[in-house]
Formats: sequence, structure tokens, C-alpha cells
Amino acid sequence: MREEYELTVIDSSELSGYALKMKRDNARLVQICAVSVPGGYELSYSFAKGYEFINYRIVIDEDTRIASIGDIYPSAVFYENEMKELFGVKVDSMYLDYNNKLYRIEQETPFKK
Amino acid sequence: MGKRSVVPFGPQHPVLPEPIHIDLVLEDEKVIEAIPSIGYIHRGLEKLIEKRDFNDYLYVIERICGICSYMHGMGYCEALERIFDVEIPDRAKYLRTIWCEMSRIHSHLLWLGLLADAFGFEALFYQCWRMREKVLDMFEASTGGRVIFSVNKIGGVLKDMDKDMLASFVKEFDAMEDEIRKLCDVFLTDYTVESRLRKVGILTKEDAIATGAVGPMMRASGIEIDTRKTGYAAYSNIDFKIITSNDCDSYARCEVRIKELFQSFDIIRQAVAQIPDGELSIAVKGNPDGEAFMRVEQPRGEAIYYVKANGTKNLDRARVRTPTFTNLTPLVKILQGCDYADVPILILTIDPCVSCTER
Amino acid sequence: MSGIMKFSRFAIKNLFSKPATREYPYVKKEYKERYRGRVAIDIDDCLFCGLCSRKCPSGAITVDRNERTWKIDRMGCVQCANCVEGCPKKCLHMENVYTEPDVTKVEDVFKGKPVEKKAEAPAEDISGKLPKADLDSCVFCGLCAKNCPAEAIAVDRPNKAWTLTEDMCQHCGVCSEKCPKKCISFV
Repeated sequence: MREEYELTVIDSSELSGYALKMKRDNARLVQICAVSVPGGYELSYSFAKGYEFINYRIVIDEDTRIASIGDIYPSAVFYENEMKELFGVKVDSMYLDYNNKLYRIEQETPFKK
Repeated sequence: MGKRSVVPFGPQHPVLPEPIHIDLVLEDEKVIEAIPSIGYIHRGLEKLIEKRDFNDYLYVIERICGICSYMHGMGYCEALERIFDVEIPDRAKYLRTIWCEMSRIHSHLLWLGLLADAFGFEALFYQCWRMREKVLDMFEASTGGRVIFSVNKIGGVLKDMDKDMLASFVKEFDAMEDEIRKLCDVFLTDYTVESRLRKVGILTKEDAIATGAVGPMMRASGIEIDTRKTGYAAYSNIDFKIITSNDCDSYARCEVRIKELFQSFDIIRQAVAQIPDGELSIAVKGNPDGEAFMRVEQPRGEAIYYVKANGTKNLDRARVRTPTFTNLTPLVKILQGCDYADVPILILTIDPCVSCTER
Repeated sequence: MSGIMKFSRFAIKNLFSKPATREYPYVKKEYKERYRGRVAIDIDDCLFCGLCSRKCPSGAITVDRNERTWKIDRMGCVQCANCVEGCPKKCLHMENVYTEPDVTKVEDVFKGKPVEKKAEAPAEDISGKLPKADLDSCVFCGLCAKNCPAEAIAVDRPNKAWTLTEDMCQHCGVCSEKCPKKCISFV
């Protein structure tokens, strides 16, 4: 038996709206994953409501700034720091910004292609 | 209002097996705020996928951590099997289930030992680890490794456990179960243990969802979710009830893990009774193309594997989201307002695995 | 028994039972048969194809085709047995003994026998060359495809087709060695 999941592509401006909707539905934030694609990033926000596994995908270019969802889901801030430090994704208004010191790496944005 | 001071906790601390640093803002003896910081052992293993063949990367991903090693490898394999759209043989599914549960037993015994050590009950710690040693010996006999098993491959497993071996394991587990039951009686009823754990570090059900707690941490707050129920490996054919507790404190988290130990023994017995004969693996040809998410229930909670392939032998991205990474936020939550003396125990109750967290 | 005395029965039992540990230098541990201690090689069977060194996740193996040497950095090896799984000649295996700890990094070098100079066929240097089947004498048995470590060859028996995926070829020469009709040559 293989678990099914949804994957919906949304616009980066809709992100907070979807996160709020998930929060209202009592879903938990499972993960945020960044992938470097030519010219930008693909960010997957995964939520789980019971056993339902819901993924939202935003595709942005390198200069797009995205808003932090840390005030909606406090755990998001670690993922956001991670993608800021490893990929160079520009995240605005994080309540806890490690200033690229989360992983204490020497190289700047090593995962960025 | 008392005087505020900041006390750094870690990265080197007797209670921590691995380096994590937490800045504790104290007001007298109460913790007001905790700011965790990680990054002492970041190895960039996720980056290595660009240099390695996707088949060989399996051995890298297994080495993310020494305790959840088996399930890291399995989660990665299952994600790739989803991309290839292959169904592995039934025998391989059951073997994976058995090894998964053995990993859970050894991980929970390890944690119980560390917990006992954290509240200063060292004799209990020795007893837990003595039991764990037996599980490691079984791993050595069945997989060839005590810590890193390397028995998975994309499309199945590499090694078989024959009837005699399985029967001897079940016999050994039966004997172990008796002994562990007596041992866990100490954890659950001993006065010293109870006084250190009861009503300490309360994480309410609402907070558990909001902060994204997973695994025993979440189940001890009364949320009935276990990723094993999504039916990867052979779990869809196995009958087990999710263990929860409504106490929401450190004692509840200890109790949930102890009950999960016995549940794992039961799952192994069921799997051994049901295991069919047959092939161990099927051939998977070509290179993967596409992406897949996969989630598995590790001893510490739900782990997510994300694999994105581009049709060549190097993947674009292999991402592991480990349970401790997401359990950091609940940790911060339970540290707020606790006594300074309880901090080591509270850090341990999330079962931190920092190597996993940083990869 | 009151809660406070729960552990005492363990303590009393431990007083009168044998230690759980081994008296190490006198009693040695017996390793299980499957135990992955270290990699061993039957150097006489080795083809020096180098597949093991490419598969090694930690880059501990170095194979020199011209010198006919197979080197392993014992301290770099992570005992994953990926090389053993991948070896097309099955000349690698895991031994259930450890490499002894040492203060310097141990590197084991195995040297293959020099190739016997056969008058009619000197050892051909096939590095970088691609196999090609002579389709007139090929019987499309598929043995080459089955033995190809990199799965670069596909044989379609009904349609009498022999195809090679060039970028997957590892230039190991297993296909030509396995060919019963000896119809594979390197160009």
C-alpha cells in the first residue's frame, strides 16, 4: 500500500493565506523543502491533517522575497533559516533570524546552483 | 520581578550525547526563554547527492545517524521505488518491517538508558543498555552490522533471515520482554523516577499541533497519529493500536516509549508469523525521473524523505527532514517556564538526535 | 513491594550473577558469520575493471589497470559492502574480522599476476574503448547484457538487436570475456 498525497502549485503571494487556512483546519506543518532549479527555487510546504498529507509548491525566481510563516507556525522558522542559509532564499520578517549562523558553515549558500 | 540572566547550555554537557547549544534566559530559577542553536556537526550530506550515483548514495544516507540508520536507508529506497513505480516482493517488505521494529527497540532502550542517566539513576542506565546490546547482537547476526546495517537496496533487501534465525530471534525477544517488563516497572512506579518526571514539561494537545511535534512527543500529548498506519513496508497487514497518553508531561512521553517497546515485540511476532517465502528483491533498471515524498515513522517520530530526479544517475535533490528538527520548536515551548534543574531532562524527553537534525 | 524498593531486586540479582561483560583481553569476541569486518579480494580473479572504486561511497579503493594493483585505504573504508555487491567477477567479499587499530593509516595493496603474454592475443588496453558485437556471429544469447555491471547493454533476441548505451559503459571488458562466441571486440 502506498500513501497518496496532494501537490498543488500556488503563487508565492498566496502562501500566507494557505498557511492560515491550514492552521484553521488544525493541520500541522510537516516540512518546508527548498530545491534549487535553474533561475530560482522550488519551495514545497507540506502539511498534515490527521493522515492527510497536503503539499503546496511555490516556484520563485532568485530575487523574489517570500514572507515568513513563522508567526502562523512557529516551527517554520527553522526551515526558513535553513533555506536562507543553504540556498539563499530571501525570507522576510522571521521572528528568529540566525543570520546565516544556523549551520555555521563557511561557504555562502552552498546548495544554490 | 527577579533578575534576568542568560545561561548557555551545551554544546558540551554531560547529559548531551551530541552537541546542541541552548541559550537559556533565566529569571531566578525559572527559564523564561530558550533559544536553540545547532550547526556543530553539519556535514552537508544532502549536497553529496550531486557527486554520487543514486544507488551509492543509499550508503551515504544510511550514515546520517547511527541510531535511525536503517530507516533512513529504507525511506530513501521507498521514495525511489515510488518514482520507479515498482512494487517490492512481499518477503522484502516483511524483512524491512522486522528490521524497523528491531531498530525501534534498540533506539527506545538507548533512550531509556540515557533518561535514567540524566536523572542520576546510573544502575538503571546500565540495565537498559545491557538489554540493548542483545538487540545489537541480533543485528550483527542478521545484517552484518551492529550500527549501520546496509541491507537495503532500491527494489528490495540484500540479506535474508531464514526460519531458524527468525525463530531464534523471537525466542530471544520473548525472554527479553520479561526482563524489560521488570525494568520498565522501575521507570513507571519508582518514586525517584516519578518525582523527576511527573508534571514536568507539559505540552498540551493544542501546542503539540501548533509547534509541529512528531512521534512519541506528539502521542504523549494525546494525538493519535502514527505514520506506520500509512502502510509502508508491511505495516498495512499488521494489527497494532496507536499508543497515546493524555498526561502531556515527561512521564507520559516515557510511558509511551515503554509501551511502544512492547508493541514492537508484538509487531515482530506478527511479522514472523506472516512472512511469506519468495524473492528478496526485484531488478530496477534505468535512471529515475520525477519526484516523490515518502514518510516513515522513526523511533523519534515522523521523518520525511523528498527525492527529485532528473533522469540521470545523479539526483537533483535528496532531502531528509528528521524528527528532531521539527521537535526543536516543542522543546522551546516546554522549556519556557520550567525549572532550571529540569532542563536536562526536558531536552532528553524529545529524544534529540542532533546528527540527524543537521545532516 | 513499595515503589522506592523497585530496583533492589535487580541490585541483589546482580550481586550473585555473572558479569554481563566479557573479560576482554582473555576472552575474545566471536564475530558472527555475516559480520562486515573488512573487504577481502581474490586478486587472481580480479579484472581491474575499477567498478568497485567508482561505487565506493568514501573513495577508499584505488584500482590501477596498467599496474594491475588494487589498493584499499583501510581507515577510509566504511564497510558498506557496496563494492562486494557491485563486483562483476564476485572476487570481493567481506571477512568477519576487523582491521587492527593503528596509529598510522593502513593502506593495503594487492598486486595481480602480470598478464601472461599469449602469442596470439596480447592484453588489450580497452580503457576508453567501447565494445562492439559482430552481429554476424552473435547468437543474441544476452549473456553480455546479463553480466554487464553497468547495465549498458541491451539484447533483443526476437528482433536480433544488440544495443549499447555508450555513456553508461564502464569499459570493464566483462561482456567480451563472458561472450560464448567471442564476438565482442573493442573499438
